[in-house]
Amino acid sequence: MATSKIIQDIEASFVRKHADFRPGDTVRVHLKILEGDKERVQAFEGVCIARRRGGNRGTITVRKMSFGQGVERIFPLSSPRIEKIDVVQRGRVRRSKLFYLRNLRGKKARIKAQTTFGNESSSG
Amino acid sequence: MKNPRLGLLATKVGMTQIFNDDGVRIPVTVLQVEKNTVVQKKTVATDGYVALQVGSGTIREKLVNQPERGHFKKHNVAPTRHLVEFRVDEATAGKFNTGDEVTLGLLEAGKSVDVSATSKGRGTAGVMKRHHMSGFRATHGTHEYFRHGGSIGCRATPGKVHPGKRMAGRMGNERVTVLNCAVVKLDTDKGLIFLRGAVPGPNGGFVEVLPSVHVARKGRALRAEAQIMSKNPMKASKAGGGAAKGGKK
Repeated sequence: MATSKIIQDIEASFVRKHADFRPGDTVRVHLKILEGDKERVQAFEGVCIARRRGGNRGTITVRKMSFGQGVERIFPLSSPRIEKIDVVQRGRVRRSKLFYLRNLRGKKARIKAQTTFGNESSSG
Repeated sequence: MKNPRLGLLATKVGMTQIFNDDGVRIPVTVLQVEKNTVVQKKTVATDGYVALQVGSGTIREKLVNQPERGHFKKHNVAPTRHLVEFRVDEATAGKFNTGDEVTLGLLEAGKSVDVSATSKGRGTAGVMKRHHMSGFRATHGTHEYFRHGGSIGCRATPGKVHPGKRMAGRMGNERVTVLNCAVVKLDTDKGLIFLRGAVPGPNGGFVEVLPSVHVARKGRALRAEAQIMSKNPMKASKAGGGAAKGGKK
């Protein structure tokens, strides 16, 4: 069933625009964190291994290795907690969900950087 | 009547999610309230009890049957698609006259409501879906007996299946009431109600919304109310006094 216009409008009002990135890219997510009465910004940097679309319901999954331990965080893209998302490095991958990285360690878990002579606009 | 209260008639638009000031995602059901009109006032003198009959939605006069058409004509109100009666106390009834509009002002963001609607029909459903029975294991020799409910009784004594035995049958398409849904947000301009969580029935279905019977003292209602409020003291002041109070609860 098609989503009603009312729901579409509500969702559109929450959608935020972020830097262009896709799975395989290394991203840095700047997250606002509440500590007592104060707010500060914390960054989480890792490989974007999945992106779910869908207006304000979209999320990204970011994976990084922290002291040899794999850590994944799921960020709702429309969350007002996210200050900004930086793209650190573009990666060349051949699928949209990189869950296979979970089973790889060390050198095998690397992603080749995207070379610039490729069509840059297609990476959006 | 134990809990006289006036409610609103609405249609379920659908579900989505919104963010509060803290950046917490809240699953919401959006309800749309068209103009609610008081069609008839029932009084002790004429009917033996006090109630307000409320109508909502537009309908062509041709589609209303003759007795109902006469009913609308008598009270000088345009025909409405839905008609529901709410038992109210004298004071509430005194505030309304026939033809008056019942507005969203009845509800308040941060408070909870009860929602009644007809659930989606499931047709003939088995015992696993209908009564949450556990069925049988798929291996170790189970043969064509995976989703059954097991034995339904004994042998010669009592020689019958006890009444009320839970079995397969028609499921859904019945009136369901969900208590204590938190009102996350109200959009009075567009006539939209944002309720936390799910509401029975299909999108586009007819829904009745009433202020909660149970006062939110503890349990689900209060948790739901607390969850939709900002806990950030910096942002609470921005959102207004109500949010600040909610955050401290």
